[in-house]
Amino acid sequence: MKLRLMLVGAGLLLVYGCAVQSVEPWQRDLLSEEHMQLVPDGVTNGLDEHIYFSKEASSGGQGVGGGGCGCN
Amino acid sequence: MQLNSSLRGRLRSATCALLAVTAGTTTAANFHSKWTVEGASLLYAESKRTTVFEPLLVIKRDFGEGQTLEGKFVFDAMTGASPTGAAATNRVQTFTTPSGQRHQTSSGEVPTRSFQDQRGSVDLSWLKPLNRRFRTELGGHVSAETDYRSTGLTATLAADFNQKLTTISLGGGMNSDRIDPVGGVPEGLTRVDPRSTVEKTLSKHIADGMLGVTQILTPRWLAQVNYSYADENGYLTEPYKMISLIDSITGETRTGDYLYEKRPDHRVRQSVYFSSAYHLASDVFHVSYRNYWDDWGVRSHTVDLKYDLEVSDKVYLEPHWRGYYQRGADFYVYSLPRGALTPEFATSDYRFGDLKTLTVGCKIGVKTAELQEFSARIEYMQQSGNEYPEEAIGVQRNYSMFPPLDILILQVGYAIGLP
Repeated sequence: MKLRLMLVGAGLLLVYGCAVQSVEPWQRDLLSEEHMQLVPDGVTNGLDEHIYFSKEASSGGQGVGGGGCGCN
Repeated sequence: MQLNSSLRGRLRSATCALLAVTAGTTTAANFHSKWTVEGASLLYAESKRTTVFEPLLVIKRDFGEGQTLEGKFVFDAMTGASPTGAAATNRVQTFTTPSGQRHQTSSGEVPTRSFQDQRGSVDLSWLKPLNRRFRTELGGHVSAETDYRSTGLTATLAADFNQKLTTISLGGGMNSDRIDPVGGVPEGLTRVDPRSTVEKTLSKHIADGMLGVTQILTPRWLAQVNYSYADENGYLTEPYKMISLIDSITGETRTGDYLYEKRPDHRVRQSVYFSSAYHLASDVFHVSYRNYWDDWGVRSHTVDLKYDLEVSDKVYLEPHWRGYYQRGADFYVYSLPRGALTPEFATSDYRFGDLKTLTVGCKIGVKTAELQEFSARIEYMQQSGNEYPEEAIGVQRNYSMFPPLDILILQVGYAIGLP
């Protein structure tokens, strides 16, 4: 069910992106700003993910790789 | 150049691994310098429990045309006390640590075990465009602490479509960990006795994969959806955790009445992760949501909000809020009644119970000079659960089974770009 939801979400994202608006290369200046990265600060994000990994039973989602610590 | 930067960022976002093992998106990385160096230190302090000091160094070389090599070096110094899993009760509890030391916990207090450890880790990641459409990122990781060693590899392939409005990422990783519990390996769900443990080395293996779609939706809006799957095999039990055996009527414990915990040796974790960045007039609003589930019965919802507030050309603020709700594992117990049938698996590790985590904080960044930036962050985190659950028996109802945990996080960093 959740996998289906994810596929639907990804599909909607694609369809919306393709059908609703085309963003030309010269319109992407704002998108290229450093704060527009989906993970704007990798160092802080990595430290936070380590904390959450050690204090909660869930982890992951942003990418691949995991474990690497005996804290949980 | 700016476009390339954006695309690199998107790939990094799609592949940024747990513990920042790969693809650390340093602030300095955005200086577009040949070399960037970023140092940071984190202080993590729980009230009356664990304190961690974590300095790190990230060095990155930009070879141009999207190719980068990054190394990350982290050291952790941990000290303090960690809950043993045993429940609070109406009498003084005496424990023997794996190293043979005895210590006592007052009545009404959650028993903890003192510890100190150091951990070092090195992560490398190499990002390389293959052609105009495809990019790849390879990562490697090693880490070591007293009783735990880990090595891992990751690989991600990203492809652009639809005039580079759409990026599809496919990634995989392998992790192989070695565990050498201090004091030996206990037999799960047997009575706690340091003399019963066996000196041996255990292993844990993780294979994981991710499929992600990143989409430019408007000139101001970027969004991403990831599906992740991880398969864990091996020793997944926490060798230092225990479970109280209690009287089924009074809820009282007897001296030495504890069992070692035991978890299954296989776990399948899955999640769907949504992330979005929206550019307002000058600020940027980030929101992410993760829906997680696994075959141990853990379910969780995580919402993370960040707002990048441009105070001036040189200063920005970033308020942060995160809410986490978790339904615990099927085999989580507060304690076990003495004489009852022993379950196949059980843990009293509160991290596998029902809990909530709330985090609020703020970061400030200041561009101190050309290609240089100072940053500082303060966050408050609180974990809470059911303090007085229905499952509590007898005297247990007089004490909090899950005292809220307050945590303070401080971080400072400095990034330098070298042209």
